[in-house]
Amino acid sequence: MNDPQRHGGRSARGRSFQRLRAMSIKELAQISRDPSTYLITLVMPLLLLFLFGFGISLDASGTKVALVQQDDSAAAQQLVQSYRNSRYFAITTVHDRRPAREMMVRSEVRGFIVIPADFGRVVAQGKAPQIQIVTDGSEPNTAQFVAAHASGVFNTWLANEGPASKRSPPPGIETSARFWYNPGLQSRNFLVPASIAVVMTIIGTLLTALVVAREWERGTMEALLATPLRMPEFIASKILPYYFLAMASMTVCTLIAVFFFGVPFRGSILALFLLASAFMFPALGLGLFISAVTKNQFVSSQIALFAGFLPTFLLSGFMYEISSMPVPLQAITYIVPARYLIPSLQTIFLTGDVWPLFLPNMAALLVFGAVFFFLAFRVTRRSLD
Amino acid sequence: MSRLRASIVKEIWAVLRDRKARIVLVLPPLVQLMVFSFATTLEVKKVDIAVYDRSGGAHAVELVQRLHGSSYFRHIRPVQSPAEVRAAIDRREVLAALVIEQDFDRRLNAGQSASVGLILDGRRSNAAQIAAGYVRQVTGGMGVPSTMANAGGGVAITHWFNPALEYTWFTLPSLIAIITAVAGLAITSQSVSRQREDGTFDQLLVSPLRTHEILIAKMTPAFLMGLFNGTLFWVIAQVVFGVPFFGSIILFYLALVAFLLAMIGFGLFISAVSMTQQQSFMGTFLVMTPMLLLSGYASPIENMPEWLQYVTLLNPQRYFLIILHGVFLKAMPVSEILMQVWPLVVIAIAMLSAAAWMFRSRME
Repeated sequence: MNDPQRHGGRSARGRSFQRLRAMSIKELAQISRDPSTYLITLVMPLLLLFLFGFGISLDASGTKVALVQQDDSAAAQQLVQSYRNSRYFAITTVHDRRPAREMMVRSEVRGFIVIPADFGRVVAQGKAPQIQIVTDGSEPNTAQFVAAHASGVFNTWLANEGPASKRSPPPGIETSARFWYNPGLQSRNFLVPASIAVVMTIIGTLLTALVVAREWERGTMEALLATPLRMPEFIASKILPYYFLAMASMTVCTLIAVFFFGVPFRGSILALFLLASAFMFPALGLGLFISAVTKNQFVSSQIALFAGFLPTFLLSGFMYEISSMPVPLQAITYIVPARYLIPSLQTIFLTGDVWPLFLPNMAALLVFGAVFFFLAFRVTRRSLD
Repeated sequence: MSRLRASIVKEIWAVLRDRKARIVLVLPPLVQLMVFSFATTLEVKKVDIAVYDRSGGAHAVELVQRLHGSSYFRHIRPVQSPAEVRAAIDRREVLAALVIEQDFDRRLNAGQSASVGLILDGRRSNAAQIAAGYVRQVTGGMGVPSTMANAGGGVAITHWFNPALEYTWFTLPSLIAIITAVAGLAITSQSVSRQREDGTFDQLLVSPLRTHEILIAKMTPAFLMGLFNGTLFWVIAQVVFGVPFFGSIILFYLALVAFLLAMIGFGLFISAVSMTQQQSFMGTFLVMTPMLLLSGYASPIENMPEWLQYVTLLNPQRYFLIILHGVFLKAMPVSEILMQVWPLVVIAIAMLSAAAWMFRSRME
């Protein structure tokens, strides 16, 4: 009573908190009544994780290749054995080029290796033998791997068993390559952590855009805005439930990545939560913004797909190297929030806490978040007038 | 017949006049053309690499100059200590770091083999492996007198169907499968649920139209759109991107029709199952994502575990991708194409029947 202003301030804050709580509970109840929520927060993340864990593999091992063996000499047999022993190839032996060619047209093999008829004779004469490698260029990445690994096997054989192997090797430059943080070169180890960003985009942007747009569509949004709720409270109540859903989903994904797929986790949980939270800021902001602009479920779902999901997937360095893209497209990747999350996520799992990498990325995410929220705020306010 | 025609005309108008539906017609193909054709490349160009030169001799300088001269590298960053190497890799500032050993020049001058160490970022193992290949090309081409390098015998490498390994020759034909699929699925899956939400679906049911007539009418817009998109991208691939087309146009359209019917089957099924637009959107998403990822486009099917490879046999995209690369690049013979078309026909019949059955049971 002595200090009415202070008193009033406290109770206003208390009421604000109560309102926020009530709204969040209402929002959660609404979300949990809708079956599509479960689809998005449970089924989608699991499906995606599973697809990236099992379905997508850039590790060329067991690539199907035909071997055209036109020579039966001991040397040729030995080389064939080297190919059979290579973990990169699954070999089908034929004796003529024609079936090999046909198999390649049918996409049954990715290439073929020809050991010519004079192979044994050339080796017996102590000369250098020749082989031919033909790849299916319609898939350039696989073609390159086939060419590189097939010549690798041949050169190794030549160095160990070939006619010149008894002599000392010519001087040259040996390049010994070591792959840090992922010595087994398993693409799963970087794809599964990265897919967590896709899952969080789906919840933060796609689900938010859909559900909020539905409220606009049904007119319940205006009803809510007519309540004593203030704008920041209102927006907070809209996004907090999704934030918690996304973090729960992220936690489940992390557990699956580590305990089911065996991806190492070398960073700290604190860094993971900070980065994930920073990412949710632009993701939620974008979702709110899209729904406020379109006010239509269908349109906002389409836009969320093309502005949220696809860029996260294609323009973030997730699978495809940004530096290989044309310059205009590289410029676009700078406004894709996931671009700032995915490298850090992969680093937390495989390398550890590299704060000089995390901090600038987090700052970028917060800036994008602020921009999206500002836009969402403005559009929402304008549509009330 | 005239009833069917009238309802087909009505469905086409429903798609064309609806502002929202028009977005699905225009936006996805454009964005996909832009993004997929340029972004989805597993090619590795313009690698950033750090060089830690502990030798400092003339040969080491030559090696670095050769890296500069190679078109594969963009920034070549000199670093002075192992700690800097680690920091540059950890912060993902470079993909690789080349360490030239102290005795590098001494050994080469003495006519001995020298070695360099290459550290690569395993967090990007695909790109790193390719970058390692580039570095080996540079180091392998240096220091050794050419006569001796060639004494070891040889490998003649030929890339058939795409001699220069142009990545767009792979992506553009694949894009036809992706774009027609998205259009086919999105248009059909939305059509019924939209009417359900508007309440006009009941009117359709009380009209004298029979189930199959309703279904055929619902299929038509997506089918026409698919044919249009397919043709458009078939032209763009050749005219804009210069992808050769060696196969038969008739076979291309035969396969496209079979593929579209299969995808529309999936779309109608989703449509029949879902009650709201939101659900049908989710359904489309849940079907489309695995289809894309397990088609052989994102990564080769044979890299997958064996049980998953069997699952891909149910995926229409898998067959259509083989056909597309076959007709564009490989001049695939009729018999081989038909071998890939019949599974599409089976899938189409199965999905369309399932959708029709679903509709009937929902209508009662």
